[in-house]
Amino acid sequence: MLLFLAVPTLIAIGTGFFDKSGAPTLATVAALGDPVVLTTFFNSFWLSALTAVVGAVVGAIVCYALLGTRPDGPLRTTIDSLSGVLAQFGGVMLAFAFVATIGIQGMVTLYLRDTFGINIFENGVWLYSTPGLILPYIYFQVPLMIITFMPALQALKPQWAEANATLGGSTASYWLRIAFPVLAPSFIGSLLLLFANAFSSYATAAALVSQGSQIVPLQIRAALTSETLLGRENLAGALALGMILVMAVVMVAYSALQSRAARWQR
Amino acid sequence: MISQQPTQTRPGTVVEFTGVVKEFAGMRALNGFDLTLRAGEFVALLGPSGSGKTTALRVLAGLESTDAGTITIDGVDVSDLSTSKRDMGMVFQSYSLFPHLSAGENVEFGLRMRKIKPAERRRRAAAALAMVGLEDHFDRFAHQLSGGQQQRVALARALVTEPRVLLLDEPLSALDAKVRVQLRDEIRRIQTELGITTLFVTHDQDEALAVADRVAVMRAGNIEQVGTPEELYSRPATPFIADFVGLSNRISGIVRNAQVDVYGTLLPVIDPATPDGPAHVSIRPEDIEFAEAGLAATVIASSFLGSLRRTTVRLADGSTVFLQHGVRVHPVTGESVFLKFSGAPVSTEPVSSTSGVLKPA
Repeated sequence: MLLFLAVPTLIAIGTGFFDKSGAPTLATVAALGDPVVLTTFFNSFWLSALTAVVGAVVGAIVCYALLGTRPDGPLRTTIDSLSGVLAQFGGVMLAFAFVATIGIQGMVTLYLRDTFGINIFENGVWLYSTPGLILPYIYFQVPLMIITFMPALQALKPQWAEANATLGGSTASYWLRIAFPVLAPSFIGSLLLLFANAFSSYATAAALVSQGSQIVPLQIRAALTSETLLGRENLAGALALGMILVMAVVMVAYSALQSRAARWQR
Repeated sequence: MISQQPTQTRPGTVVEFTGVVKEFAGMRALNGFDLTLRAGEFVALLGPSGSGKTTALRVLAGLESTDAGTITIDGVDVSDLSTSKRDMGMVFQSYSLFPHLSAGENVEFGLRMRKIKPAERRRRAAAALAMVGLEDHFDRFAHQLSGGQQQRVALARALVTEPRVLLLDEPLSALDAKVRVQLRDEIRRIQTELGITTLFVTHDQDEALAVADRVAVMRAGNIEQVGTPEELYSRPATPFIADFVGLSNRISGIVRNAQVDVYGTLLPVIDPATPDGPAHVSIRPEDIEFAEAGLAATVIASSFLGSLRRTTVRLADGSTVFLQHGVRVHPVTGESVFLKFSGAPVSTEPVSSTSGVLKPA
């Protein structure tokens, strides 16, 4: 834990406060206020938030649908194992899959254009910019939600629904007063995980986005490897510091919520 | 704490099952099930697992539909009524308190569904918790309560709405022995105080015999016998009941002129219509005694059970019987003893009868 998590985090935080000669400085941290950097953070934030919310909602619905299937049946086990694979599928392979299907010369793009006369890139080639990341991100967010949220949904006792019914409750009262409140901590926890997953995702974006650095991990890449602007390694440190800050804020908000929601938990 | 009564249950709720059939994937869980619960009566449904007792309770609750037959409450057919409209209180086998609500909020839930005002809700929930001896536990969550306390809260939750019928689905089976007996007696006390018609499902015969006004013994989706605990014990209708309710020895005998010859001793036969010939005889262990002379046997085991001792002996023909006696008599393994039969067999079944060879699952 200390070696692989705490030390890199401290180094990342540290580099933000020192210049390349090692002297302490606040200049790089001040660079976080740069409009371009702020826009990047904004992009990263909304991309992560949007794909986390969509992934969480869609994933939760899939989990609910799966509850109706036999736990050891072929459908459940197939989706379980598929989710396990797809949740880790982000990266060059996923980017290529999208390029090959809905890229400019992708199979689906050409099919739609030639058969139905629909040009999905009529308003510009969105796949290779920030909005283009939404679809691939959701592609790995939904499976991640399924594998993290399914156990919580499975833990809902059938007796709670039956007790609700014998006490005069309706299906609506079951969901509103029992199931949703019981599931809320797990759902919020999964949502946070999905947000962090998207926020720190690099490889998919790196493979898909070749022009510019619209999200923070790409901005860090640019700062580290740029051939036009040399010696910006410390800006990378400052950007990493910014990412840690964002995650810290989200974590604090989560634990505040959790401590309220979880007073009934062990 | 006992005197507080949060509920005044309407007296006179009669429940009647008539020819109820329920199938699960071609298997008949209930096979023309008939049973009447009289007003304010505590009826236990006793039977081995798979006998259909839980299904009977669940169709009454409306948690399962019926395939045929009717269920009436006070003469009104409720077969098509949803669970939430049947006005029944239910306590489940597994802990079923809502985990995110305190004990008090759990008890208030049914009142909230009935749109009772908050102050009234709180007062009635507190009184219901007091009834089960948990007045100080209003704000505790389920995980802060022991298993016995959770089932008490569940009982308070089931009773606070003043339901017409109380359904208990093996509510004690997850508890340890001592708590089980305490809560069992407390359920009976509260049920008697409120006079609520109650159906109690259990596989534990001690539990059923201890608390119920009448016990219905189920087997293969139907009732084998229904009667008071005393009736079931002393006059079991079938060898299955004799075997399932209480302990009994199965001994070979020969029926002749309304008497049965068991190892040379003539004992009365309860059913005078029993045909002459070889028979399986069920004799309670307390109806066999040690004697100065009589049937020779060798002690093979003897166990101390607190208030009594149970000893197993082998007879000359190789068959074994067991008897119950006072703890002061202490037979030693290998010792030669003599036995005599002191009571009538509770059941005598001709050997040709097929039902005589069936055993509970």
